[in-house]
Amino acid sequence: MKTKWLLIGVALITAVLAIGAIACGDDNDDDNGDTNANATQTDDTMDDATGDTLADVIARGSLICGVNDGVPGFGFLEADGSSSGFDTDFCRAIAAAVLGDSEAVEFVILTAAARFEALAAGEIDVLVRNTTWTQSRDGDLNGTFATITFYDGQGMMVRVADGITSIDDMAGTTVCVLQGTTTELNLADRFAAGGLDYTPLTFEENGPLEAAFTAEACDGWTSDKSQLAARRSTYAGEGGPESLVILDETFSKEPLGPVTRDGDTQWSDIVNWVVIGMITADEKGITSANVADFIADPGEAETARLLGVGFEGGEVADLGLGLDPDFMQAVLSQIGNYDEVYQANITPIGIPREGTLNASWLNGGLIYAPPTR
Amino acid sequence: MTGISAIGPALGFWRNVRVRRFAIQTAFLGLVAAFGYYLFDQARDLELGFDFLDGRAGFDISHQFGTSYGPNDRRLDLYLAGIVNTIRLAGVGIILATLLGLVAGVARLSGNWLVSRLALVYVETVRNTPLLVQIIFWYIAVFLQLPRISDSINLPPDTISVLPFIEIPFISFDFAFLSVRGLALPWATTEDGFGLWLILLFIAAAAAVAVRFWRAQRQERTGQPSHPTWWLLGTFALIAFLGFAIAGFPLDLDRPEVGERSYDGGIRVTAEFAALLVALVTYTGAFIAEIVRGSLQAVPKGQTEASAAVGLNPFQRLSLVTLPQALRIMIPPITSQYLNLTKNSSLAVAIAFPELVGVSRTIINNTGQTIPMFLIVMATYLLMSLIISLVMNTIHSRFTLETR
Repeated sequence: MKTKWLLIGVALITAVLAIGAIACGDDNDDDNGDTNANATQTDDTMDDATGDTLADVIARGSLICGVNDGVPGFGFLEADGSSSGFDTDFCRAIAAAVLGDSEAVEFVILTAAARFEALAAGEIDVLVRNTTWTQSRDGDLNGTFATITFYDGQGMMVRVADGITSIDDMAGTTVCVLQGTTTELNLADRFAAGGLDYTPLTFEENGPLEAAFTAEACDGWTSDKSQLAARRSTYAGEGGPESLVILDETFSKEPLGPVTRDGDTQWSDIVNWVVIGMITADEKGITSANVADFIADPGEAETARLLGVGFEGGEVADLGLGLDPDFMQAVLSQIGNYDEVYQANITPIGIPREGTLNASWLNGGLIYAPPTR
Repeated sequence: MTGISAIGPALGFWRNVRVRRFAIQTAFLGLVAAFGYYLFDQARDLELGFDFLDGRAGFDISHQFGTSYGPNDRRLDLYLAGIVNTIRLAGVGIILATLLGLVAGVARLSGNWLVSRLALVYVETVRNTPLLVQIIFWYIAVFLQLPRISDSINLPPDTISVLPFIEIPFISFDFAFLSVRGLALPWATTEDGFGLWLILLFIAAAAAVAVRFWRAQRQERTGQPSHPTWWLLGTFALIAFLGFAIAGFPLDLDRPEVGERSYDGGIRVTAEFAALLVALVTYTGAFIAEIVRGSLQAVPKGQTEASAAVGLNPFQRLSLVTLPQALRIMIPPITSQYLNLTKNSSLAVAIAFPELVGVSRTIINNTGQTIPMFLIVMATYLLMSLIISLVMNTIHSRFTLETR
């Protein structure tokens, strides 16, 4: 009797091990072929999805947008379950352009690691999630980047009371830094370039880092400026946000923008020109408040083309995106222009638009719209 | 039994116990072999190169001890600095945890109600909460609460308050400073003649061992207490001091000063290192205390009673009779606590102390070489653990009861 149970036990364990081995095998295959797997997946979805994203979105009646949930000002999940931020407003703008309704968006919250797989697998129509445009993401990961919506970069946050006004004042300081793909490297490069000695305190999580900075165990806190601004806006240490300042200098390039899948040029063009249209509207001073006036009387030919109305009795120009020529009317009346989205989301977290790279080119910044014609 | 024939129908061969054992063992061996082959097969596809360790590091690490590697050194150099940090954390931690564990373990058995209760509360609180939580607690709630560097505490204090309104000036010689940036202590810098002094120190050590041997022999021969350990220490101190004078006082005191944003000179015990050390020592000390208590209780009661009967006082009973016998029992489990302490030091990454796991994570982030780097980290821990085990087993074999 005993041996019978023993045999049954051994058989069961063998079966479990065998199942485990099969399961592990599958996992490892995925891991090993990481980028390759992505590439093949993309190729598959490309066949299905070429030129179809627009039709899919219209048939579904909603846009599926991949966003962040933890960066105030960019993509943040509010207590009531809604998403808010600069990035999410661009999702809404695209929905307004395609479906005429800025509320017809399903937000999918993605981690940094999962975002490109979700895009490649067709789980989302567009990715707007603090995503830096790099060559490998354009190439290896088969993303197509639209116009840059925000010029981010690594910066340094210090205490106002310490009287530090530039990184060159920071010789002999201690700097708190979070482990990241390039954060520590950029920091070392910048201090080496200035011939400055410093001590890095390298943390794994933001919580202990913020505690160390608050206790003045370090003089500086380095990260992407958008992240620093978000952290500064909720700083609970002595003196609150006003006691901290983010230095002007930016020592890495992190251009952020919306991403679509390779292989669907029509859809990529639509996403791109919604963003450009919002920038153009900013350059022309068309806002959600006065857009109705411009629709009634565009005043000049390019404004008429942007809003899809006739000019001086002329015909409405269709510039060939596959949307109604007046798609920007819904975007501008429901969401507003680039500046309105910026002022509503990013100015409150402490990054003013004036004087930064994100100012309009008319004011010395880099935000520039190609012509609408 | 009588009704049943002994020679029934032939039993199947699977009813033979030897056949079964053979079958089960073969099946198990087959499973192990299949798993091994599977791992090998997976590893064959990987391109396991270690060249990235020779590449330019590109990043800095703090808390370096005796080295000052930077972005222009190899990744391997910074990893080695991480290993040094692990070793000094584990080394100091093991010594302090042993002392704390011994005291707390003996205190648990104390006849004094308050002492034994205090030890009980310490052991049960620390043993039953997660170590990571304790590390972050010590760091944020204790060490980060120290004053900022500009308000550093002078040690020893400049003034001593006798009553709230009377302050007596005290020796004011800015010996050490304490703040959230750490404890800055004076440190010695070497001068000419240091090499000579090192040689004299070596001679002092040899002479001290010889003197100890002579005193121990004398004690054994005459039965008179000859204090070999005191003679050892005394001889060493005397020759070391004379040698220091002969070599021309080759050490200079380097006192710390409070700079604007850092301490200049001296050495610094940082808040990160202190928090980790305290957390690791109190945590491991609690486990060692239980081992010490159990081992002392395992020594037969007759031993204590007999030593009391020959007139030894309680301290002598403990140090000469029960503790030496308990050591034999406690060394193997304490060894595994030492290994735990060493491995637990990897939690340091949570509070910015760059030991080997912290440095390897940065290297992985920068290069993407996850699997080779993890193999190296595993091999490093394995090597350290084996060395600790080897040392402890050697010590243990010296305490083993010799039986025939």
